[in-house]
Amino acid sequence: MQPETKEILSAERFINLYEKHREFLSAQDTSHIAALRDQAMKSFTGLGFPDTSLESWRLTDLDESFNRGYDYHLKPTTGVDFHKVFRCNIPHLDTAIIGQLNGWYVSKDVPLMELGNGIIMGSLAEARKKYPHLVERYYGTMANDSADGFTALNTAFAQDGVFIYVPDNVKSPRPVQLINVIHFEENLFLQSRNLIVVGANAGLSLVHCDDSYNHQASFSNIVTEIHIGEHGVMDHYKLQNINNNSTLVSSVFFRMDASAQLASHYISLNGGLLRNNIRVHFNGPHGHAAIYGIYLMDKRQHVDNQVYVDHAFPDCSSSETFKGILDEHAHAIFNGHVLVRRDATKTDARQSNKNILMTDTARVNSKPFLEIYNDDVKCSHGSTTGQLDQESMFYLRQRGIGEETARMLLMFAFADEVVSKIAIPELRQRIEDMVKKRLQGELQICEQCVLHCNTPEHPVEFQIDLSKI
Amino acid sequence: MLLQIKNLHASINGKEILKGVDLDVREGEVHAIMGPNGTGKSTLASVIAGREVFEVTAGEILYKGKDLHKLSIEDRAREGIFLGFQYPVEIPGVSITNFMRTAVNEIRKFKGLDPLPGGDFLRLMEEKKRLVEITSNLTNRSVNEGFSGGEKKKNEIFQMAMLEPVLAILDETDSGLDIDALRIVANGVNKLRRPDNAFVVITHYQRLLDYIIPDFVHVLFEGRIVKSGGKELALELEEKGYDWIKKEQE
Repeated sequence: MQPETKEILSAERFINLYEKHREFLSAQDTSHIAALRDQAMKSFTGLGFPDTSLESWRLTDLDESFNRGYDYHLKPTTGVDFHKVFRCNIPHLDTAIIGQLNGWYVSKDVPLMELGNGIIMGSLAEARKKYPHLVERYYGTMANDSADGFTALNTAFAQDGVFIYVPDNVKSPRPVQLINVIHFEENLFLQSRNLIVVGANAGLSLVHCDDSYNHQASFSNIVTEIHIGEHGVMDHYKLQNINNNSTLVSSVFFRMDASAQLASHYISLNGGLLRNNIRVHFNGPHGHAAIYGIYLMDKRQHVDNQVYVDHAFPDCSSSETFKGILDEHAHAIFNGHVLVRRDATKTDARQSNKNILMTDTARVNSKPFLEIYNDDVKCSHGSTTGQLDQESMFYLRQRGIGEETARMLLMFAFADEVVSKIAIPELRQRIEDMVKKRLQGELQICEQCVLHCNTPEHPVEFQIDLSKI
Repeated sequence: MLLQIKNLHASINGKEILKGVDLDVREGEVHAIMGPNGTGKSTLASVIAGREVFEVTAGEILYKGKDLHKLSIEDRAREGIFLGFQYPVEIPGVSITNFMRTAVNEIRKFKGLDPLPGGDFLRLMEEKKRLVEITSNLTNRSVNEGFSGGEKKKNEIFQMAMLEPVLAILDETDSGLDIDALRIVANGVNKLRRPDNAFVVITHYQRLLDYIIPDFVHVLFEGRIVKSGGKELALELEEKGYDWIKKEQE
């Protein structure tokens, strides 16, 4: 099967492709998943790719990204010659690493790791073969294919990605780090599909990095479904550091059972166009979701965070804290939508979006939005956009701190409200360093994982065999 | 002469606030500047510090014989000018330790010195904390965030102690302080007095001058220094208020 090369992204391309390769795509499917696939394709055929005529895409125009032309592969990309994989270099951080290259799971070990405590993690494709019933119970139950063309397309073409299963009453002893690396000699369109299940009373800390290796353009359409069972606790980090030619549409769907707890952190450090669809659905009472975002954009970078929280049950709380620093011609969009349904009494929902504009040409469109159908709730939202505080600048400079350093200190302090919420100390330290570097304009696209940072004291090492891809 | 201000005129948004200030300060001296509200005391302090919102329209400020006009805010500070703020700014997310370490090291860099090693810096912090009787772990908190009025002012004196300025201008450091805090602030100043530095203390009330004994007292009125004298002038002002000055001017 020859890869599709250099074509622009259009709905027709994928409709034709699906028709041609439907059997190949669904060869390993259970009938349930095959049906989901067909249904999703039907949705995509109706929806197509979103454009600016849709309210939620009004300010994010994908035309330029679409028109770049991308190869698309229905099999793992070959010809990548590094017999090694990533070893994360957050100093002293002990994580379990899962690597993805161009959307495909890679590992020197077995494609699916089954740990003694019952945790399963590895390739979603492999999990679908080995644990069809377990996967089927969750797969496709959170992502909503009928609402969004990208999600529908992902479901229709989904082949591989990451599967993590933490059984009831098990707490993952180490954070799991999921690294998506994009590396290819041509422009590449890629889709991966992740499914993460945190059982009742279970706990998982997941660091999910999106990285590009080179400056080749890419377009990623990534869908992640995350289920958190009753009293389950999840600490989730999404780190984005891709090159300025690349587009990332990431859709994460959280479903939270009763008393589940989630802290989700979106840290956008670099990228041509980043779109985060973050959807939280409370599936029982007493859940708590805290969503943090920090984005540091410059040049013509574009970041669009769309957060939707569905308070379908009483006594749940949610908070959204998004902060951004925009330099040069960067453009940021924050769209927070909280829906409080009629039965969701005692809902506590807060939204906050604060931005600093460094130039006249940087732009922010911020729209925190509450839709409330219950009187007995506590909801608040706020949004500010401005320059650095001149009083603070004067104060710092009066103590002998140079203008540039003072500016840096204030921006770092601004970001700190979000960065300080990172619960893994080693990761927080690393992100603090990266934010500093980013603010000083030193952070280039890392040649390796977002967390390697090329620090001399922690040389990058490749240890795992990638040769099978 | 440490500071020489000659016929200084300054305005903000086109409105003239300082209308010909003259002031000489020598090393080892403490000057008090008093006067009713809105006569330009804080403006004078800000202009010496180099605050950009004020425009100097005439006159000059010589510091150690050099014209300050072309020096940036930070270079004035690095040359030894310190301003104690009337309203210290809250800076969430910047710890006092980081703030002071950055300030100390930028000043050292300006002077061609290596950064202070971490251990030495922490010892310096401890020493200066004792000087201003800071017992809490104030220094781990964000700069001024959630501080009481008294804590903010003590923090100003603490910073002054850390940076050891040559010319310290304290802008109404006494305002809003209870008597204990006032005593601590004044003690801090007195302990830092040396033959080679000078203080300009701006105050609305005489009571601070019970603790910090000035060599000279000046009255700033409608943008000019209209009266100067020894410490007895402060007592006279305390007794009679500012009305007689106003009358004299009319």
